[in-house]
Parts: sequence; C-alpha cells; structure tokens
Amino acid sequence: MTVLTLSQLQFAATTVYHFFFVPLTLGLSVLVAIMETLYVTRGDEIYRRMTKFWGKLFLINFAMGVVTGIVMEFQFGMNWANYARFVGDIFGAPLAIEALLAFFLESTFLGLWIFGWDKLSKRLHAATIWLVAIGSNLSALWILIANSFMQHPVGFELEGSRAIMKDFGALLTNPYVWHQFPHTVLGGFSTGAFFVLGISAYHLIRKHEEDFFKRSFKLAAIFGTVAILLTVLVGHSQTQYIIRNQPMKIAAAEALWNTENPASFSLLSIPNEKAREDYFSYRIPGVLSFLAYNQFSGEVKGIKDLQAEYEQKYGPGDYVPSVLTAYWTFRGMVGAGALMVILALYGLLVAFNRKPLGEKRLLALFPFFIALPYIANTTGWLLTETGRQPWAVFGVLKTADAVSPNLTVGVVLTSLIVFTLLYGALMVADVFLLARFAKAGPVNPSEVTNTVSNSEEAFWG
Amino acid sequence: MSLNIIWFVLIGILFTGYFILEGFDLGVGILHPFVAKTDTERRMVINTIGPHWDGNEVWLITAGGAMFAAFPNWYATLFSGFYLPLFLMLVGLILRGVALEFRSKNPNPRWRALWDWSLFAGSLIPALLWGVAFANFLRGVPVDAFQNYVGGFWNLLNPYALFAGLLTTTGFTLQGSLFLLLKTEGVVYERVKSLTFKIWMPVVVLLGGVILLSNYETDLLTKEGITTGIIPVLSVLTLLAAGFFIYKKQYAQGFILNSLTILLVTVLVFMGLFPRVLVSSLNPDWSLTIFNASSSPYTLQVMSIIALIFVPIVLIYQGWTYWVFRKRISDDPKKMVY
Repeated sequence: MTVLTLSQLQFAATTVYHFFFVPLTLGLSVLVAIMETLYVTRGDEIYRRMTKFWGKLFLINFAMGVVTGIVMEFQFGMNWANYARFVGDIFGAPLAIEALLAFFLESTFLGLWIFGWDKLSKRLHAATIWLVAIGSNLSALWILIANSFMQHPVGFELEGSRAIMKDFGALLTNPYVWHQFPHTVLGGFSTGAFFVLGISAYHLIRKHEEDFFKRSFKLAAIFGTVAILLTVLVGHSQTQYIIRNQPMKIAAAEALWNTENPASFSLLSIPNEKAREDYFSYRIPGVLSFLAYNQFSGEVKGIKDLQAEYEQKYGPGDYVPSVLTAYWTFRGMVGAGALMVILALYGLLVAFNRKPLGEKRLLALFPFFIALPYIANTTGWLLTETGRQPWAVFGVLKTADAVSPNLTVGVVLTSLIVFTLLYGALMVADVFLLARFAKAGPVNPSEVTNTVSNSEEAFWG
Repeated sequence: MSLNIIWFVLIGILFTGYFILEGFDLGVGILHPFVAKTDTERRMVINTIGPHWDGNEVWLITAGGAMFAAFPNWYATLFSGFYLPLFLMLVGLILRGVALEFRSKNPNPRWRALWDWSLFAGSLIPALLWGVAFANFLRGVPVDAFQNYVGGFWNLLNPYALFAGLLTTTGFTLQGSLFLLLKTEGVVYERVKSLTFKIWMPVVVLLGGVILLSNYETDLLTKEGITTGIIPVLSVLTLLAAGFFIYKKQYAQGFILNSLTILLVTVLVFMGLFPRVLVSSLNPDWSLTIFNASSSPYTLQVMSIIALIFVPIVLIYQGWTYWVFRKRISDDPKKMVY
C-alpha cells in the first residue's frame, strides 16, 4: 500500500459516506418546506404534524451530512497538497464561495427553524426552512462547479507549475456544470421522495395514521415522479455530452474496446481488463449510437483507440480507468434509476386511485425501495470519479501527481482506519435513530398542542 | 493596500469570529458534564448553544475555504503538514456535531451519557489543538524550500505550543461559562457562577506566561516591519478587566471583555505573523508569506468582490439569530420537551 492508494481509498470512503446523507438533505429539505408552506397557506394542523415528523428525520440525517462535510474540505489539503497547490487558484474559489453563500445560510437558518417555532411568525418560520433548502441546494451548485473543473477544466491557463484562473465566468458557465448540477440535485429530490414514499407505505399497509401518510405519500409521489423523470432526461443529455468530452468514461462504462459505428450497447459483458477484450459479451447493435446521437448510427470511440489517441496527446502512460468499475457502476445507476421511474409512476397511480392504499401489494415493498436512490447516487458518483482516472483534473493533472509529498503510510493508514471505524459506528447510530422515529410515526395531535409554550425549548429536544 | 493584505486581514477576521463564537460553544461543551448533573439540566445547557453551534462552525469552514482560495500554498502546506492534529480535530468536530443532534433523540441513560462525553471530548480536543496550531504558526515549523512540511508529529508538541493549547482550552472554557451565565437560570446558573472566577485565574496566568514565552520562542519583538505594539499589554488588561466584572457579578461586561481578549490575542498572532502566514524554522527565506503563498491577482479580485457583497449579509442575518434567541433558557422541565 502506498500513500497514494491509501489516500485514494480514504477519499473514496469519506466521499461516498458523505454523499449518503447529502442527497436526502437536498430532497427532504424541499419536501419539508413544501409541507410547512401548505400548513401556512391552508392552516390545516395535519401539515404542521407532517412538517414536524419529516423534519425530525431530516435533522437526524442533516447532522451527518454536516460533520462529514468538514472532512471533505480539510482533505484536499491534508492528502492532496500538490493538487491544492496546482489548482488552488481556481478550485479554492468555489469552495470558499460555497461556505460563504450556502453553508452560512443553511446552518444559521436551520438553527432558527429548529428552535424558532414559538419565536417567529408562521410565515417567517416557513421562510427559514426554504432558506435552508435553498442553502443546501446552493452548496451543491458550488461544489459541482469545483468538481466540473476537474472533469472538464475551463477558463484557466498553465503558468509554471500551476493553473491560473483566467475567466471566472467560464467556470460558472462550464457546460459540464449545467448537466451535472441538475442531474445531482434532481437525484437528491428523487431520494427525498423515495424516502417519504417508503416510510409512508410502511405505515399505510399497517393502516396507521392513514390520512397523515396518504397525504405524505401523494405529495412524495408527485414530487418524485417529476424529479426522477427529469433526472433521467438530464442524465441522457449528460451522457451525450460526456461521449463528446470524456469519451473514455463512456467507452469504459460500456466495455467498448473497439470503435464501432453503429455502436452496440452491452447487455452483459465480462471484461478482461488486462487483455483488453471480453471473456463474454452480449451486445445489442446500434443502441449505444442511439443513446449518443438519438439515431441508430454514429461512431462511438473504443477504449483501445482512445488509449492510442491519449498517448499521442499526453505522452506514454495508461489512460484507461477501471473498466470493471465503470461498467458495473453505470449499470447500477441506470438500473436503479429505471426501476425508480416505474415505481414512482406506480406510486402516482396508487396515490390517485381511490382504492384503499393498504390493499396494494407492491406497496409493502416500498420501504425496501428506499435503497434504490442510494444505489443510484453512489454508483453514479463512483462512475463519475473513477471514470476520470488516471486524471485528477482531466488532461491537466494526474491523480498520482496530486498527492501530498510529505505523508507516510502509517499516518494515512491510521486516519483511514479511524475514519472507517468511526463512520461505521455513526452509521449504526444514525440508521437506528432514523428507523426508530420512522417506525414510531408522528406524535399524536394532543401531545403536539401541549408542547406549545413560551419557553426556549428544543422543539423535539 | 494590496489584495493580498486584505485577504490576510479577512482570514484573520474569520478566525477571530470563529474563536469568539465557537469559543463559547466549545466552552459550554467542555463545562456541561460538570455544571449540569441531571438530564434536564444538561438539556438546558445544550439548548443554550443549540441554535448557534452549527452557524459558528461555518466561520471555520469559511476561513478554511478562504485560505484555500486566497493562499492555496498556505492551505496546502498547513493541512498536509499538520495532518495528525487536523485529523484529531476532525474526529473531535464530528463527535461534537453528532452528539449535539443525536443525544436527545433517545431517552436511554447510557445513550445520553455516551453522547455527553462525546460532546465533552469533541469540544476539548479542538479547543486544545487551536492553541497548539497557532503557536506553531508563529514559532515556526520545519518547512523546506519547496514549501513542504518536513517535520513529524512530535515537532508540533513543543512546550510553548502546549502552553498555548492550555491557554485556548481555559480561555474558551471561560468564554463558555460567561455565556452560560447570560443564558441559564436556577441551579446551573449558581454552579457556573461559583466556578467562573476559578476558571478565570489560570487563564490570566497562562496568557501572561504565553506572552512572556513568546519573546523567547518567536520573533514577535525583533521582527522587522509591523510590530505588535501595545496589543499584548492590552490583551492582558482586557482579561484583567473581565476578571473585575466577574468578581462584580456583571457578566455581560465580563463576556464582552473576554471576547475582546480573544480578539486581541488573535490580532496579536496575525500581527506577529505578518506578512508571513507560516514561519519556517529551517530558513527565514522559506517561510510562507502572503505573497509567495497567494493566488493570482485575478482570483483575489473575484473573491474580493464576492466577499464584499456577502460578508455583510451573513453578519446581519447571523446577528439577527442572536437577537431572536436573546432570552435565558428556562430550567422548568415542563417547558422542555423530550
């Protein structure tokens, strides 16, 4: 094990873990904000209870996103000092802006929202949760502006041993951002929706608090259907964009060794990475061309040709990412996403059908379907980040040249082990709490009215 | 004034804000197992910082982001060089944040005790490490000609830095106890009241000691350019005045004067550093400065415009939250929901 490998492992572990919590924050914040808005506009007590119940689950999840997020900011310097030196002029800016514009907004107004129920007017209180939701989603924008620079660097020049920002506007209008940001945020919305759908279904099949969970289910079904359909649409246009700008990523995701026209889509391949061929492959002709160009012909470049092309352009080296990882993560993301489309539509039918919800059989499985967005989110990011390798900044800086030069294996191994153990333990505690509160359901109305007081209480403290 | 200087000052302001604000919530975290015995009392003490701690921590995240954006080499050298202490700090901050959110969500006494001690440890570790880190910036650490840290972990744990660590630990604890005196009532208030002066005494000794040691361990007095002038004396005076008001039981004044002490000490460190950001103990020419560690003028310009617009907005709305939550926390268990 080298410092490089260990740092990559630690980065992967802490990022994947962090992104377990972020998408739910993105989606659930908006859903809770909608619920509280309904409470303010319609004055119906049930929406207040919905806000509190789903808000409680939102908070348990939110804390984990915050504390694991600080690790991300520190790690760029701790493990990737040469990266920080090389692109700090460009990469640091969106990070600082993210903190200033988004983190202050979400954390400050979240404090107001939690503790401000009897201190702010109804409207003002609802406004605070909207500001939390805006802050969270704004933070996604800025971190994705930073990430998009790594995927598709723009607006810079190389000066000596570092990259210098030349055009801040180009960073913001990087087309990569405007595919990745909506795709990620809409994926987060879908995650929030499936979370609400799953827990609501759990209670509906037990005929518990039916009115409460029917309304929650219906809201999430509408929100989720729109979100997942848009996620898929944006994802499709993102794939087309990547085929043009990072063709190696798609070639690896399709285990496409040789350039094809029309290009085939792999239904099942067992790739042999060393020999750069397949042990086994079953492909459907023309479908990859269709995905790329919306027509059944058109050239999609293969891995071997791209490798030769990159050797010409960037010098000798291995420019092929892990094909096995790219291939299976792509299928994980697309597969989970496709299932989510079907299930969201089914959920919509159920929600608008007048039959009692409890009779629907598939509904009993909805709690398990909460896993689907998590699979899609995780595999999607693994594809995005591992598919870029060996580059840290595509075509500009290799990951191997980005690592801190002064670290020892022992130090990084220590931090990796402690983070893994700590994160593991926290995951257990987090899931325990979420499951406990999700199963318990909302507090009954009489208790809720009792808790209204003038004291500076924690609202579920 | 060049943009490099402006960003050095802005990062100084961010750290000052962070130490004053997170200072009290770290202090409350350190104090709470000792001043709050029953579950209701702990709930009350934790609720004093409940609405604020997360927003306070963003001052650090923003300071880190600003270092990365304006002085990427400072950020790179510091974070890779101080790998283990920063890793420990992260563990502390994680434990703390999770403890604050998870503690109340399960009535099991062992669950609550677990998170109470996590909050204590997660507050103590950062409080100690901030003193250690800033003392080392000033004292100098082994940085080579390529701006890479070449020392080990033990280099950072010299007696001077450890004294500074004790100073920040006790100083933040004092800040926390003064904050509790403004925000609590009943038994907890009485307990904190009897403790505060006792916490104040070692802070005075440590501050005086660290300033005296600085004359030998750093070039605070001899360095060319900007000198620290009367700032060291002023910081001791404000701390003495804080003690006077604590003795007089005028805690709001005590809190303000202790905050002023934290401000002056932070200003002292940044003035002592200027124009350097990390002193090299190997060769003065290898020190990182606001010039050789900085971003390009263009990036600094862009960032300046953004900071100019948004820093005031943040200050306004964060200030407003302190106004909303200005009242004392009641110790009546009927008014606290579990």
